[in-house]
Amino acid sequence: MKPLLEVRDVSLSYHTLQGETTALSHISLTLMPGEFLAIVGPSGCGKSTLLNLICGLLEAEQGTILMDGSPVQPQTSRIGYMLQKDHLLEWRSVYKNVLLGLEIRGEVTPEKKALAEEMLKTYGLDKFKNARPSQLSGGMRQRAALIRTLALKPDLLLLDEPFSALDYQTRLNVSDDIGKILKKEHKPAILVTHDISEAISMADRVIILSARPAVVQKIVTIDLGMEERTPLSSRNAPEFKSYFNLIWKELNQNA
Amino acid sequence: MPELSSAQKKYLLRHKHEKQFIAAMRVLLFAAFLLLWETSARLGWIDSFIFSSPCQIGETFVNMCMDQSLFTHIGITLKETLLSFLFVVVLGIGIAVLLWTSPKLSAILEPYLVVLNSLPKSALAPLLIVWLGANERTIVVAGMSVAIFGSIISLHTGFQEVDPEKGKLIATLGGTKKDELLKIVLPSSVPLILSVMKVNIGLCLVGVIIGEFIGARQGLGYLIIYGSQTFKLTWVLMSIVILCVIAMGLYGILGLIERKYLRRM
Repeated sequence: MKPLLEVRDVSLSYHTLQGETTALSHISLTLMPGEFLAIVGPSGCGKSTLLNLICGLLEAEQGTILMDGSPVQPQTSRIGYMLQKDHLLEWRSVYKNVLLGLEIRGEVTPEKKALAEEMLKTYGLDKFKNARPSQLSGGMRQRAALIRTLALKPDLLLLDEPFSALDYQTRLNVSDDIGKILKKEHKPAILVTHDISEAISMADRVIILSARPAVVQKIVTIDLGMEERTPLSSRNAPEFKSYFNLIWKELNQNA
Repeated sequence: MPELSSAQKKYLLRHKHEKQFIAAMRVLLFAAFLLLWETSARLGWIDSFIFSSPCQIGETFVNMCMDQSLFTHIGITLKETLLSFLFVVVLGIGIAVLLWTSPKLSAILEPYLVVLNSLPKSALAPLLIVWLGANERTIVVAGMSVAIFGSIISLHTGFQEVDPEKGKLIATLGGTKKDELLKIVLPSSVPLILSVMKVNIGLCLVGVIIGEFIGARQGLGYLIIYGSQTFKLTWVLMSIVILCVIAMGLYGILGLIERKYLRRM
């Protein structure tokens, strides 16, 4: 099977007047179709930078990133990106917020609108279609943000700590929700997080980055021996704890 | 509605009384001021030739309303103020957007804007008369000159303070700088634009009056200058009172629009 995404030997430095900081050093990874990848690493190691490179917001100084065999361009590529905060626009209704991406790309067609409404219904937001974002709970807001991203029918979804702004209970529920949604829509995804449990509960493979300059320290394939796996049920698997310890040790090795 | 407790009722009542007291005191203060003024003028404590009196002002007002000359003056001043305000809104937003699009341009122009903004604009009025002639255009430009630079600076600063993460959101959805402007920066700046404009309509009025002082044959500014030169101080005071009312009215209208918008949010 051909990989959906290939990151080959990518390096990047930040330049400031005070000097140069190497953020990423010779990173290589692949993502297979339908796969859920999690990236963990110490804070400030360049996890988010890597996502910015993958979706083409930043350009690598060295190395190549190929999606379906061709370089990524943010204006045309089908890569969805979920940020830490939902950034729903307060002056738009929930429905109008969901259509934002389509508006920007000039794709507000009846079919796409119907798809967006369908998703609002499926994920329990249809009653709040005309509400203001401030009337939604934290979890609902994050779901609305996900629908906004999915409305563009992305081939790949990037999640940049999308649950970190939520309180713990909401966080578990929302990550379970979103994990299920992505499974249902068969979306390959890359999740960046500093929460080891979250990474194990959602991902098929976990990539551990070292502290800056980040290199790929280890790749752990998560096999919990379950048929129907959801983020919440994953947490009950007997192997969960040993994966946790393994990744914990790796992260602390060079801390 | 649940039944309010007696303590809560008492609190609400006290709050209401306090508000009524403040409103009553405001009116009373104004009435006392008018009464004192009128009495002092009548009893000769002050020279009513210089200080005029509320009754004289009222009389003049009625007379000038009768021969309709006052309406022309008020109309001209209002027209010039609204015209210069319109230009300030359009140019202010336009230039602030331009500066927002190009950080380099804004870095280059920053010191010039600061200097122009802190310059006392009344110093420009004589120049404007010479350059543009003693006509309405000059007065509109004078009105603009007072408000425009401050508006540009406030709007541009506000545009820059819009959450950069929201710009990133637009980029991740495949948008350009134009999308960021139209979908994020401008809509989120509506309250800022309204509050900046609320202040600036008053500044436009100031500029228009300065302009009329120097180069006009009509308008309230002209009336003030003409009145002072011919020692008709009742005219001057009446014009000042009318200016107060106009300034309050214009500010009030924009304040109303602002409140309406904020409530809709």
